Amino acid sequence: MMKISLKNLPELYSFIAKKNDLYLPIFKAGQVDFAKWDKDAIVDLNKLKTTKSAKDVFFPQSQDLVRFEVDGKKISIDEPIMPTNKQVIFGVKACDNRSFELLDMAFVEDYPDTFYEMRRANTTIVTLACAKPDEACFCKAYGIDAADPKGDVSTWIVDGYLHWMPNTDKGIELTTEVKDFFELDMDNSAVENQQSEIRAIIDRLPYSNIDLSKFTPDKLLELFNSPKWKALSEACLGCGTCTFVCPTCQCYDVKDFKTKTGVQRFKCWDSCMFADFTKCAHGNTRPSQMQRYRQRFMHKLVYFPSNHDGVYSCVGCGRCVQKCPQMLNIVKVIKTLGEDK
Amino acid sequence: MRKEPLIPGIGVVTDIRRDTPDVKTFRVVGLDGKKPFEHIPGQCAFLSMPGIGEALFSITSSPTNTEYMEFSIKKCGCVTEWLHQIEVGQQITIRGPYGNGFPVETDFKGKDLVFIAGGIGLAPLRSIINYVRDKRENYGKVTIIYGSRSDDDLVDYEEIKNEWVNEPDFSVYLTIDRETPTWDGHVGFVPNYVKEVGLDNTATAVLCGPPIMIKFTLANLQELGFKTNQIFTTLELKMKCAIGKCGRCNVGDKYVCKDGPVFRCDQLNELPNEY
Amino acid sequence: MQEIMKQAKLKAEELLTKGVVNRVIGWTEGDFSYDCSPATFTLDNLDKFVYTEFCGANLSKYLIEESKKEGKILVFLKPCDTYSFNQLIQEHRIKRENIYVVGIECRGKVDIDKLRAFGIDGVLGCKTEGDKLICDTIYGEKTVDKVDVMLEKCLSCKGKKHVVYDELIGEEVVEEPKDRFGMVAQLEAMTEDERYKFWQNELSKCIRCNACRNVCPACSCVHCVFDNPDSNIASKANTDRFEEKLYHIIRAWHVAGRCTDCGECSRVCPQGIPLHLINRKFIKDMNEFYGEYQAGEDTETKAPLNSYTFGDREPHEFDTKEGK
Repeated sequence: MMKISLKNLPELYSFIAKKNDLYLPIFKAGQVDFAKWDKDAIVDLNKLKTTKSAKDVFFPQSQDLVRFEVDGKKISIDEPIMPTNKQVIFGVKACDNRSFELLDMAFVEDYPDTFYEMRRANTTIVTLACAKPDEACFCKAYGIDAADPKGDVSTWIVDGYLHWMPNTDKGIELTTEVKDFFELDMDNSAVENQQSEIRAIIDRLPYSNIDLSKFTPDKLLELFNSPKWKALSEACLGCGTCTFVCPTCQCYDVKDFKTKTGVQRFKCWDSCMFADFTKCAHGNTRPSQMQRYRQRFMHKLVYFPSNHDGVYSCVGCGRCVQKCPQMLNIVKVIKTLGEDK
Repeated sequence: MRKEPLIPGIGVVTDIRRDTPDVKTFRVVGLDGKKPFEHIPGQCAFLSMPGIGEALFSITSSPTNTEYMEFSIKKCGCVTEWLHQIEVGQQITIRGPYGNGFPVETDFKGKDLVFIAGGIGLAPLRSIINYVRDKRENYGKVTIIYGSRSDDDLVDYEEIKNEWVNEPDFSVYLTIDRETPTWDGHVGFVPNYVKEVGLDNTATAVLCGPPIMIKFTLANLQELGFKTNQIFTTLELKMKCAIGKCGRCNVGDKYVCKDGPVFRCDQLNELPNEY
Repeated sequence: MQEIMKQAKLKAEELLTKGVVNRVIGWTEGDFSYDCSPATFTLDNLDKFVYTEFCGANLSKYLIEESKKEGKILVFLKPCDTYSFNQLIQEHRIKRENIYVVGIECRGKVDIDKLRAFGIDGVLGCKTEGDKLICDTIYGEKTVDKVDVMLEKCLSCKGKKHVVYDELIGEEVVEEPKDRFGMVAQLEAMTEDERYKFWQNELSKCIRCNACRNVCPACSCVHCVFDNPDSNIASKANTDRFEEKLYHIIRAWHVAGRCTDCGECSRVCPQGIPLHLINRKFIKDMNEFYGEYQAGEDTETKAPLNSYTFGDREPHEFDTKEGK
């Protein structure tokens, strides 16, 4: 393991940013979100949860796909510019790091999304252990260890130092490039102590042992037809907050934007909570908010596991718990549907 | 590098035929003049006009047609309205093929087949019907029951009248919902006609049409002794990607775009009723 | 607060039992005091009803759908919520005859995000004692002055008077209306560049979740212009910097004169954008141009933008101060 004094981090950022697009949790107008670092950026590694998840780095809110020019009856296609920049994302928490594996299942299996795939290949992920988990965290329920966040490089902040440990070839490569900024760290006890503290806190969290056992693919129809969805969803505003802050939500829309010289086709985040999500010329298969609400949670807790060896499409980051305008969230769904009748 | 699946190719519309007041059939080839890609009956393709939108259509022509692809399209939304006003020579974008298609080389082989369609529902069935005609030796007797609102609304009527009815071992039954002065054939709804024509319940049935027709036909077929695993249908839901990623065309844990659009009715019965 | 909640619950129980109403809309308990949600109740689930310092949600917009249903519904409205209620009545969006309004006392609501920004993490539960908020957290008990963590809308409260009700619960707290336009005046005092930078910085955080629109009682259009796929602006993502501003500015224009300043837009924004300031700028301007007007104060007075008088200022007269 190696370590670097926190006060030397700006130099490290500056060095990494020479060859890479460096993404860090950056403070802007009261919020902390992952954004591209520059020398004026206010980095906040202490923030437990960025407002949005880290998925933007691989799956940006909007992505240009292709540009068309239309001339009379003729159409010409401009191939898109692929994202070839090398990227480093620094300060990813264990939950967000796991979300990348779930996004891989959605985007890379069958017909791979080339933009996503390329960004994944070009990016080195530096994770950071959660020194101070909060009440809405339930990563443990999905077997995620916030004290050992994995990724290409794992880091821990203890007593004014950032402790650094590479895990993968990509991580070793980055470590080799930046090793001059670090001092050797032969004593692992500081990190180990923090790890046991974190695990002790997580064991006490109210949602850590939430019971997911009811959510199995064989209960699909029973859960879908539950009368409880009505009360669960009645306060839902049909906004996209939960889906847009969620690290695993991956639905998108494909839209055309008319520019002065042609048409830009782009892909952008969409939300199954929006009324027009399934609306088409011959009607809407989910006309009520209850149906849309049910879709979101059935997808995360039943449909996705059914298609991906039982893996839930949730990492327990708790963002929906904290950000829903009307305080509806997946935990309330799990508890209400999970309890015996 | 792999090709991004959402980026389409260019197709050229080489022929436009008006089938009914609101259905036109478009013939499409690639820029090289050849068929854009190979497909199996029941599969779909995304057609679009940049700036108007992209929409999924079932491929109406048979895979055995080596020269071009055809799409029978009813005017009902933005993209279809635009398509209905274009002229021959217009370029469009095309990507595909998508979906599973009908099991023509497995489940259907050697079977007697019953095709039941309503209105524009004939579009995906025309692909498989013509495929079966071209590979006659692989399949048994064919019964076609097709109905529309009126005789004007029968899609591909010329082909039905001049070719299908003359095919050996083909029985074609046409019906329209209400009497018209120009029609001397059967009048009545498809689900009822299905009970009247005397179907052999060991055959395999393929349904496509409006949801209400499917619902009643399904019930009547079961009354005739067809089991749900003998009945196939094809679904249509809103899609944006057709590759199982955009997240909107699922029925339960199945995506219509890649697990469908063709479903066997016993499989469909295990899914939530949200289609 | 406990006492008010008890009274409210008893009132709901009484009116349900007597059959005056067949359901109640209020707030249902969560796991951490701050996560209570709007909900409807009958006698079956009334035990889950709560009324706490976290019941900031304005329930009046739910009445658009609820008042169309069979039977009468009891709604609990805080003083500021009653303005939205009146405005919806004036716009014929809700059926008054299907609603029983119980005005409920309010002494200001707490903003959980402010609590967290104050450094209080891991909140498991809170209770008010006088002016203090005592928080039980996973990192021990913490106490803050309530005023430091109140919702923005409560810091600039219009007053604690209910403008419409069938019945009241609790005291009508007498309180001087607070200054609502201080921050607007600060923005006006900025140079054009400074102000542009301020809004650029704030609005660039927007993720187009539409929470502000969907919660807004004045945004009651059945189909919103931004949901029109042909509009070229119906993106779920802001396609450019122009659009992220356009969305909020158009929305502010559309609710101008109808916005009661209930503050829900800022309360629900996941990115903490002070959206209410755009609306307040409109309110301040209208007050200055056409005389004091408070939307939702009653159901009769016509809004200045909906009523023409010969004394109205003409458009060119507005260009007196540069770029404001």
